[in-house]
This record gives sequence, structure tokens and C-alpha cells, in this order.
Amino acid sequence: MTAELVRGQNHPLPGNRLEIRVSAGTPLVAAVTLGDEQGRVAGDGGWLAHPGEPHLPGVEVPRQAATQHRLAVDLGAMPDGVHRVHVLLALPGGRPDAPADFGAMAAPQLAVTTPEGAEIAGFTITGLGAETALLAAELYRRQGAWKIRAVGQGYAGGLPALFADQGVPEPATVAGQIQYAVERERARSVAPPPPAPAPPQPGPRAGAAPAARAAGAGPGTDASSDTSTDTSVDGDTDASDNASAGIDYRHPRRRPTRAPAAAQHSRPDARADASATSAEPATLNGGPTPPPTVPGQAPPPQDPAGRPAPTGPPEPFAGDAAGWSMEERLHNQIWGMFEDLARTVAAYRSAEDFARSRYEQELDRLLADPRTRGGAAADAARDAAELKQVALVDQARAVLDRDLAQLTVEAEVVDPALPPAYAGWENPCWHAYQVPAEPPLAVRLGSLTLPEAPELRIPLLARMPLNRGLWIDSADDRRLALDTAVAIAARLLASHPAGAFAVHALDPAGSATQALAPLQASGALVLPTAAAGAAGVGEVLGRLTERVDLLQMAMRGGAADALPPGLDTAEHLLIVHEFPYAFDDRAVNQLRYLADEGPGAGVHLLLVADREDAAAYGPVLDPLWRSMLRLTPLPSDHLADPWVGHAWTYEPALVPPGSQVLTEVLRRLAAARPAYGP
Amino acid sequence: MTVNMTKGQKISLSKADGGSLTAVRMGLGWQAAPRRGLFGSRTREIDLDASAVLFADKQPVDVVFFRHLTSDDGSVRHTGDNLVGGAGQGGDDESILVDLARVPVHVDQIVFTVNSFTGQTFAEVQNAFCRLVDETNGQELARYTLTGGGPYTAQIMAKVQRGAGGWSMTAIGAPANGRTFQDLIPAIVPEL
Repeated sequence: MTAELVRGQNHPLPGNRLEIRVSAGTPLVAAVTLGDEQGRVAGDGGWLAHPGEPHLPGVEVPRQAATQHRLAVDLGAMPDGVHRVHVLLALPGGRPDAPADFGAMAAPQLAVTTPEGAEIAGFTITGLGAETALLAAELYRRQGAWKIRAVGQGYAGGLPALFADQGVPEPATVAGQIQYAVERERARSVAPPPPAPAPPQPGPRAGAAPAARAAGAGPGTDASSDTSTDTSVDGDTDASDNASAGIDYRHPRRRPTRAPAAAQHSRPDARADASATSAEPATLNGGPTPPPTVPGQAPPPQDPAGRPAPTGPPEPFAGDAAGWSMEERLHNQIWGMFEDLARTVAAYRSAEDFARSRYEQELDRLLADPRTRGGAAADAARDAAELKQVALVDQARAVLDRDLAQLTVEAEVVDPALPPAYAGWENPCWHAYQVPAEPPLAVRLGSLTLPEAPELRIPLLARMPLNRGLWIDSADDRRLALDTAVAIAARLLASHPAGAFAVHALDPAGSATQALAPLQASGALVLPTAAAGAAGVGEVLGRLTERVDLLQMAMRGGAADALPPGLDTAEHLLIVHEFPYAFDDRAVNQLRYLADEGPGAGVHLLLVADREDAAAYGPVLDPLWRSMLRLTPLPSDHLADPWVGHAWTYEPALVPPGSQVLTEVLRRLAAARPAYGP
Repeated sequence: MTVNMTKGQKISLSKADGGSLTAVRMGLGWQAAPRRGLFGSRTREIDLDASAVLFADKQPVDVVFFRHLTSDDGSVRHTGDNLVGGAGQGGDDESILVDLARVPVHVDQIVFTVNSFTGQTFAEVQNAFCRLVDETNGQELARYTLTGGGPYTAQIMAKVQRGAGGWSMTAIGAPANGRTFQDLIPAIVPEL
């Protein structure tokens, strides 16, 4: 069983003998430090394995930089004082083909396996930017047993900064030794590369380089090295600047500067892809330096080194938001896009409104004064006012178009990454549907659009558990309303693990039998089907009310263990079709009770109803309607966002006509069910 | 380097390297009222409020203050109301962040104000200041010491305005009286 770790996660290790496999797109240097309980490297040289001194008791590291590493670790052979084993990765500096930092290369991957090769845990180190060295993972002793923790902490200051952080004595010297050893090994193993065109290249590779680096790399000299990179931004690159191009001394939290010029001059072919990828972390880290330019002008052209101007918008990627899991990150990203679109459009609308009102005021002023009311001067003034309005609207439109383009690109990246619960039924991920093991964070109820951007559909995600009932308004199209309800119910079922979600249906008139057939046929409609007649309504409502009562009593009394033993833990969804047909007063009251108290006890409502049908009840039902989220089977602009209050056009997530995806998904769900028991 | 602004002084926010300012933050800090007697709740708390009013062609179009923390377009954000003040050590107790690049095109001036919501004049508040910071590098652009500012309950601090070459800042520093920004609008308009 492989565990894919995220940053900070730990995982137990089954034995002392392990192999750690590292794979990356470009050659990396691997090193291992042994630390005491505080994670400090305490010993004098005997606690650090690096390419220059690859052997330590219990661990061995490769002698050279490579794209694949296998580190054999025997935790049983570690000295007693060792409590932590750190796996470090670094970019070999001063190579023409090496990326300038981790942000410019594919994410390195780490896998921990048994000596036989069975994988225990994996960790993909994502989200790196201007770092050149990395504390990838940590093996640590916890109550006699070893565990692994995914760390992924990058250091823009490179190995010297990393070593300094770990308490290695003379970090800069050690980093220099590693650099020297790697380059020596490289020179021995492969034919020396053809001489690079740029004169600084041979410098870093020769033996003098480590010394130079060691001299300038101590933590105390950060400021001076920073100023040297700063001057290179201003455009005056001199020889001393190029000579130190191999290692990046940038402070992790300092604003990122341009990649060293020497590395770029010597790799004209690699420039395009490297700059395309490295532009993104540079801007994401916040605070990119705007290049020298006249303020207020169009984006400046690319600088001579070919790197795109850092003022451009960052390249969007899926999961660009905070969150503990990819699912949560995507959820937050979608809500972020929702808010951004709302605010961008609000800016445009307010500019447009202002332009119009100013135009009208100016016209009023012209008309109010008899001297300016007529004649050529009046026409000219009117034209000027109109031009002013048009110019402002054009300007606002240009800003809106820029923002919409960015959001559209983001939506295109995000859409293919969506899990089924967030994706429309037309999304291919539904064809690869597998019954999930965890309940979803949220489910998609439909999509939202604004008239300014009809192409940009923002998924409407509702957090689970639903804290409001859903009301599909069937006033316009009853059949479509029922289809919408079935699609939502099927999605809720499919997004939950088998058996964790149960659907009941009340269809006293029997008119929904055909539409509910897919749910029924797949066996997904776990509890008695479409209950027929008033008796069925009373029976189902009574059962659910009793369940809510029980759970509430147990929760309020703090007596969860007093619940009857057979009570299932599933969430329940009650579909009510053609409300209030066959409902008596008692049933209506029970329904209102379920709408109010049900969500807290895991009983949710999905009402398919036309408010007019229930008009006879008068205002008694108003609170019921208000308490539910109204959805429409046809696109309609009735939903307001929480920030600005635009009217968004809601469109339900329906199965594309003729598609069998829903049936297929329900079939797989039904197939998974017996595995969990009846 | 802090510019201790004098009234009406105008500084351009374009930077030395030619890039113009993209994000500013208004910070407001003051020292909480000292605890009085045995019952802490009887201490008269001091509540100063920072506000930013967005003007288009001398008409107020939006405002960011403690009841409307984000402008509709999202470019101006208030980080939240502080009702009691801080340690008076120079940290900001309230902040308003302005992303100048995202300010809607029709907004050409943003005025920053300070009000005493609980009514104490600046003569009674210890260690009160407001400042404008370049958010991209943390450099302070302007700072006013409010303490000792006389019997006033409000100050129209500064404005940033859009010009042909980018945004520039003008220090106003005009004292006024009022509980919230609404009371100040008549006093702001002559400064535009």
C-alpha cells in the first residue's frame, strides 16, 4: 500500500532497511545529514554524507549528480545519538544545462521502498520556486520506531543556507566541497563538455570555484551578494557578477531577481522553456521587480536575455489556493475565481455606470444654461462629453477583457483537474469514475455565469454536508426539474462512498417513476422506492422524523452510545416530487421539521415543487421556501454572490442528452455496494 | 526613509527605477486606553477607524471602512476593525491595502482618513500615528503623528491620485471632526 504524502505528513516505516529513490528531470546532488533530537547536526563531519564523503554508518549517497538516485539506508546501523536523518537535494551549480532553480524544472519525486522494491510512501515536492537546495524528507525516531516525514523545505540560499540551518559547522566550505566533488566526479565519468562560449563557464567548474564560493557564501555575507544580483537587474552585468553565477545566494524571502546572466547566455536553446517555467514562480512569490519602464505604459518588451517581463500575469495552474488536500485547494481556487469574476465585473459595471451618469450630468449642465443650449459650441460640447464617456467605457472594457482572459485561461487549466464531484457530467473524469473512499468536500450543483462573460462558467460548489435543503423550482418545466433533481441525487450518491449515502423518494402520484428509473434500476435508491399514496408519504416522513429526533436527542444528551445498534450512519436525501400532493397537515409539518432540523442530523431535502401548487397553505410555508436553496431547471438569473450581489445566471448540471454516463456511474456504484455488506 | 510630510506636500509614487507604485497600505496605530480601576470593562476604550474613500471625478463612488471591508471591485481591502488599539509600540492596528493596479479605471483619487469612533480627540490618545507604506518593499512613504494633534476627532490624512504617469500621493493632513467618514465628506471635497 503506497501512501502519497503531502508536505508535513508523516508515515510509519515497516523496517529499518530502506531504499530512498529520487527522480528528477535534471541532475541533482543528493546528501544526507544525521541529526540529534533537535535536528541539529552535532557531530564533526561524521554526520554528513555528501558526494565528497559518501559513506556514513547506515547510509550511503551517490558520488555524482544524477536524475535518478537510490540511497540505501539502514536505520538499525545508525549511531544511538542519531534521531533524525535528513535527505537533502540540491542543484549542481555552474552547469550550462542545469536550471537556475527548482522552479524551472519538473517537481522532484521521492519514493521510499523496501530493499525488495515494494513502495512504502511517495512524495512529489511541488510548489518550489527560487530555491536551489532542498530538505526533501526526514526520517525520525519516535518512541523507538522510525517514521518518515515529507518536508520539502527549499532554500533559495542554496546548500550553504541549508547547512547553516542544520547547524553544520562551516556551511559554505562544506557546500564548496560538495560542488568540487560533484564536478570532479563528472569530469571523470563523462567526456568534458565542449568549451562554452561564455568565458565565465570554465571558472566555476575549475577547482578555484569552491574556494571563491566558500568565501562569499557565508550567511553573514548575504547582503553583499544580494547587492550584486540587484545590480544585474539594473542591466550592468560585469565579470565579477558572472563569475558567481553558479550558486544562487538569494535569500528565500527576498524578492526574486533575474536568473544569472552567464547561465542564460550559454544555453540559447534551453532558454525558451526554462524562462517559460521560471517566470511563474518568480511572479507567484510576490513582489516581482517591475523592469525599468515608463509608468503607465504598455507592458515592456522582453529584456535582452529573453526572459518574459515579470509584470505579466502568472501562469495559472490547478490547485493554486490554500488547502490541506488537492480537493480543498481546487474548491478554494474555484471560489477564488468566483470572487475575482464578481469583483472584476463589479469594477467594470461601476465604471460604466459612472461614465453614463457623468455624461448625463454634463448634458444636463449644458441644457440648463441658455448660453450653451444651442449652436455649434453646444454640439461640440456634447460630442466631447460623449467621447469622454466612450473613452472611459473602452478603458474599463479593456481591463475587463484582460481579467476575463486570465480567468478563462485559469478555468481551462482547472477544468480538466476537477474530481468528479466538482466536474460537469460532460467532463471525461466521469468515464473513469471510481467509487470514492471518502465523502466529498463539496459537490457541484450547476454553473454560474454573468452576462459580461457568458463563456466563463464558474462551478457552483455546495459544501457538504448541505446545510440547506434544495428546491428545484418546477414552475417552468416539470420534466426537466425532475431530471435536474435526479442528476443532483445521482451526483450526491456517486460522490459518497458506497453505502454512505441513501436516497428516499416520495412520489405519491407515481408520475416520477420513469425519471427515477436509473436510480432505481441500479439499486442506488436504497430505501423503498417511490412511496405510493398518502400512506407511503406518512410512513417515510415518520421514519425520517424519528431518525432526526433520535439523533438529536443523542447529540444533545451527549449519549451517542445509547443509540439503537442497527442505526446506519449514512447521510439521507429525501426527494419529494409534486409537493404538496398527498400531503396532509401532519406531513407538511414533518417536512418543515425535516427542513429545519434535518441537516444537523444528516437528513437532507430535495424538493421538486412549484410554489403555486402549495398556494393554498398561504404564508405558512414561506419559511420553508426561504430556508431552501432555489435552483431552476432552466438557466435563470436568480442567485446572488456573497460579495457584490450580482445576479448570476444559474444553469443546472445536467447529463448531456443521449449520454449513458449516469447509468454507467450508478452501475459501478451498485457493483461496489455488496462489498460493504447489504 | 520616512518622509515626514508637511501639509499639501505632493510626492510622486513612481520609484527611482522608473516603475510606478503598485500597492500601498495605510496603517493606523494607537495605544489602548490604560486600565482604570478594578473593573476593566469600565475603561473607556479608544476606537480609531481608518477609512478609504474612492472618488471618481470628485464624486464618492465607493468607500472601504469597518462596515464595508472590501471595495466592490476588490482592489481596496480593510484588514478588520480594531476596537481597542494596541501596545502603542508602532505596530499598525488597522490596515487598508490598496492594489493600485486593480483600482477601477474611473476612480482617480483615493482619500485616506482617520476617525475617532469613540469620540476621544487626538489630544487624549497616546502614541497615535497613521502612515502610508509602499507594500511592495515595506518602505514608509508618509507618516503623521496624530497624538498632540489638538482637539480634533478626525484627520484627512492623504490621497493617492491617478495621473498620466501613474499614481502619486499628496499629503493632506487636514484636521476635522466626525465619527465616521460620512461626517468628513464635506471636509474632503475641498481637498480634491
